[in-house]
Amino acid sequence: MPAVDETVARVKRVDVDQYRYGFETAIESEKAPKGLSEDIVRFISAKKNEPEWMLEWRLEAYRRWLTMPEPSWAKVSYPKIDYQDLYYYAAPKQKKSLSSLDEVDPEILKTYEKLGIPLREQELLAGVERPEGATRVAVDAVFDSVSVATTFKEELKKAGVIFMPISEALREHPDLVRKYLGTVVPVTDNFFATLNSAVFSDGSFVYVPPGVRCPMELSTYFRINEKNTGQFERTLIIADKGAYVSYLEGCTAPQRDENQLHAAVVELVALEGAEIKYSTVQNWYPGDKDGKGGIYNFVTKRGDCRGAHSKISWTQVETGSAITWKYPSCILRGDHSRGEFYSIAISNGHQQVDSGTKMIHLGKNTSSRIISKGIAAGQSQSTYRGLVSAHRKATNARNFTACDSLLIGHTCGAHTVPYIESKNSSATFEHEATTSKISDDMLFYCVQRGLSEEEAVALVVNGFVRDVLQQLPMEFAVEAQKLIAISLEGSVG
Amino acid sequence: MADNMTSGLEKTGAEQALAQGFAAARPRLPGADGVDALRARAFGTFEQKGLPHRRVEDWKYTDLRALMREALPMAPLPDKDALARAQAVLAPHALGNARRIVLVDGALAPQLSDLDSPERGLSLRPLAAVLASRDAPVGALMAQPDEAVDPLLSLNTALMTDGIVIDVAENARIARPVHLVHVASGGEPAAMYTRSLVRLAAGAHLTLVEQFVAGAADVAYQVNDALVMELGAGARLDHSRLMEDDMAAINVSTLAVKLGDNAHLATFNLTSGASVSRYQAFIRFEGSGANVETNGVNLLKGSQHGDTSMFLDHAVPGCSSREVFRAVLDGRARSVFQGRIVVRPDAQKTDARMMTRAILLTDEAESDSKPELEIYADDVACSHGSTSGALDQGLLFYLRARGLPEPEAQAMLIQAFVGETIEAIADDVVREAALQAAARYLTARRT
Repeated sequence: MPAVDETVARVKRVDVDQYRYGFETAIESEKAPKGLSEDIVRFISAKKNEPEWMLEWRLEAYRRWLTMPEPSWAKVSYPKIDYQDLYYYAAPKQKKSLSSLDEVDPEILKTYEKLGIPLREQELLAGVERPEGATRVAVDAVFDSVSVATTFKEELKKAGVIFMPISEALREHPDLVRKYLGTVVPVTDNFFATLNSAVFSDGSFVYVPPGVRCPMELSTYFRINEKNTGQFERTLIIADKGAYVSYLEGCTAPQRDENQLHAAVVELVALEGAEIKYSTVQNWYPGDKDGKGGIYNFVTKRGDCRGAHSKISWTQVETGSAITWKYPSCILRGDHSRGEFYSIAISNGHQQVDSGTKMIHLGKNTSSRIISKGIAAGQSQSTYRGLVSAHRKATNARNFTACDSLLIGHTCGAHTVPYIESKNSSATFEHEATTSKISDDMLFYCVQRGLSEEEAVALVVNGFVRDVLQQLPMEFAVEAQKLIAISLEGSVG
Repeated sequence: MADNMTSGLEKTGAEQALAQGFAAARPRLPGADGVDALRARAFGTFEQKGLPHRRVEDWKYTDLRALMREALPMAPLPDKDALARAQAVLAPHALGNARRIVLVDGALAPQLSDLDSPERGLSLRPLAAVLASRDAPVGALMAQPDEAVDPLLSLNTALMTDGIVIDVAENARIARPVHLVHVASGGEPAAMYTRSLVRLAAGAHLTLVEQFVAGAADVAYQVNDALVMELGAGARLDHSRLMEDDMAAINVSTLAVKLGDNAHLATFNLTSGASVSRYQAFIRFEGSGANVETNGVNLLKGSQHGDTSMFLDHAVPGCSSREVFRAVLDGRARSVFQGRIVVRPDAQKTDARMMTRAILLTDEAESDSKPELEIYADDVACSHGSTSGALDQGLLFYLRARGLPEPEAQAMLIQAFVGETIEAIADDVVREAALQAAARYLTARRT
């Protein structure tokens, strides 16, 4: 049985608390001085050759941030972060501006190769011939604070799609960026988003013009490499009228003893009839088996269904990070707009996950669907926190929510904190949640048929999360399935 | 965290009035020295937190700081007129052969109560007398939850005037229900702080019905009531509560329960009165095999705000709980349901289920629901469900097609919708009283 062999081999490859992407790239980098001040904000802005208004925007955010308290309502606990003990900017040293991929530091290219992220288009093209219509993926690779490479730019340009680092977009398409930046997640939205607004260094910018179906999947791959460095990236995706884009996001970091901060902001804007599909496989370093190290992942993601008949769909597989604080949301402003949220959150060791979504129904005939699967093992704590609300004018709003939690072992916790607010009689909201452990019957059945207990658990878990996995693009679904097996290593027995 | 935020806030007029009221009333409040010290401590706790507001997570949807603009002075002892008004309102609320105990304006009224010749094993004592006695069961009165849990409960501890202390002896089965009626006589606008204690020894049975009514319409009053229950091993308590306070009232009531091994509590609450109300229950499982069934219904109209918040703490293994909640909302009414189920690390084999449903009859009504699960044990089965929406148009059409006018068709569907919670009441007379309370809402709605 090849499947079993494969599983066994995989189990051998990954020891209990081994994180596959924990290596470090030895590379010279340029950093801003440690700490945060107006000067650092000016430094980052100057580094990026930003227009004057952008600097003002950042400074305003910084001043606002100084007055804000760090939120403490989430069910996570961590030692106080010293925001002056971080580097806010780190970039691989480079000679001048790059004209082609060949000039990118080979060490970085190697890093991405090791991570399985192809940055060379020719390699991709030379690969196995794909059947007609199969997807290729354009990648924007972000290394610490800067974007190092973006592939398939030319081909995308032909379709009219703009896909580039946001720092570049600020120079090349300032009007577009200015028009949309901060309109979904305002500068003052929350502590971490405001911090991000002040110091974000890079991220991706996507604009899909009216009526265009983006010819390939777009993807960003985030890598934190430097020590003591916070990563603050900002993603802005705009799908103009009738456009469609599918966007993938992946992330890893080296294994380190100290915690690292990641505070990203993602803004999506879907105009009339547009559709954005945003998928994340989050695999930041989760810390070792004693809970030492790992990434603090404080992320603000929000989509605005601005036009009628627009649709935004979030799919996330959360397996990494020591702490996850993340609530990808949809503002259903346009009539008949639709929001979706599919999530698998797997926590093991000492991980703490507080994640969920917000579906805010403002327009008429809006609908939303939330499927959340939380799996807690080891000593981890997993919380689903979600809001579904219907505004007075949200006639015929419709929501269905199902959040299920699975507990593996008796030292972990799974929690559900939904907020359901309805202000319209024609709004129909349904919410259901269950928490249970893997049934002994199921395990017994599998083990009796020759599977080891670990394999049996992986099988049951895969069945449990299938609804969500089906929503992932092909390339990610396979990866995610493997991740699930890896994340649960050591959780049985 | 909440404290920090509160301490940054200025005291509201209501909070200042409460501080003055406490200082003035303190010498007159019943209780020996130990009780007085307890009151002072409790008021300190309340003052530190202040009136809860929307930044206090457990009070997120009921911003009392905004909803309770003023604190009314404590009600004086009822005079002859007050007792007469109270008596007049009691008649229509008579409950079969139940033993009636009446609290008028926060004071036990022996003239209106049936305290004589209790059944064997049943003990009934006024709280004021118990507090004043040397051996006041202060511990039992305060045991659960920790007084610091909720500021309004702390306020109740500080200002409680009277109530009833009910003790049922081991294996005593009290067939005759106890009917505890809170009457606001409606003389002058006033506040009343009552607390009662119900203790069932092992194997004891009791049926308790609480009712809140007003002696006069449109006279503002504020009720802060607490009911503390302790159920011994194998004890069974059937508890129903009908809150039909006047629309000029604010009612904040706390239920605090501790359950022993294999104890059983069936509790039902109907809220149709008061402009602003909050019914909060803290139920703690301390013995394995215990079982709780809670049913609740909010029937609201006009600009009423009704909050039902249930906090269930499964601290030991093998217990089960069932929660069913319904809300019907007319006019600009707002109903809040919060249900939190905590399953502690050792509470394996817990079976906890919660279901909440709301029907909005108008577009101005609002339903907020927060069904929470907090689970630290793996061998459990926990679930919750929550829905909100309008009356089923298909069903309405069916009834209309058969010749029923719209209001009647609606009433029939509403009755069926809330019926599920009322049907669970074991005692026939009590169930009938609950049905009548629901019927009164439907009648008032139509006029």
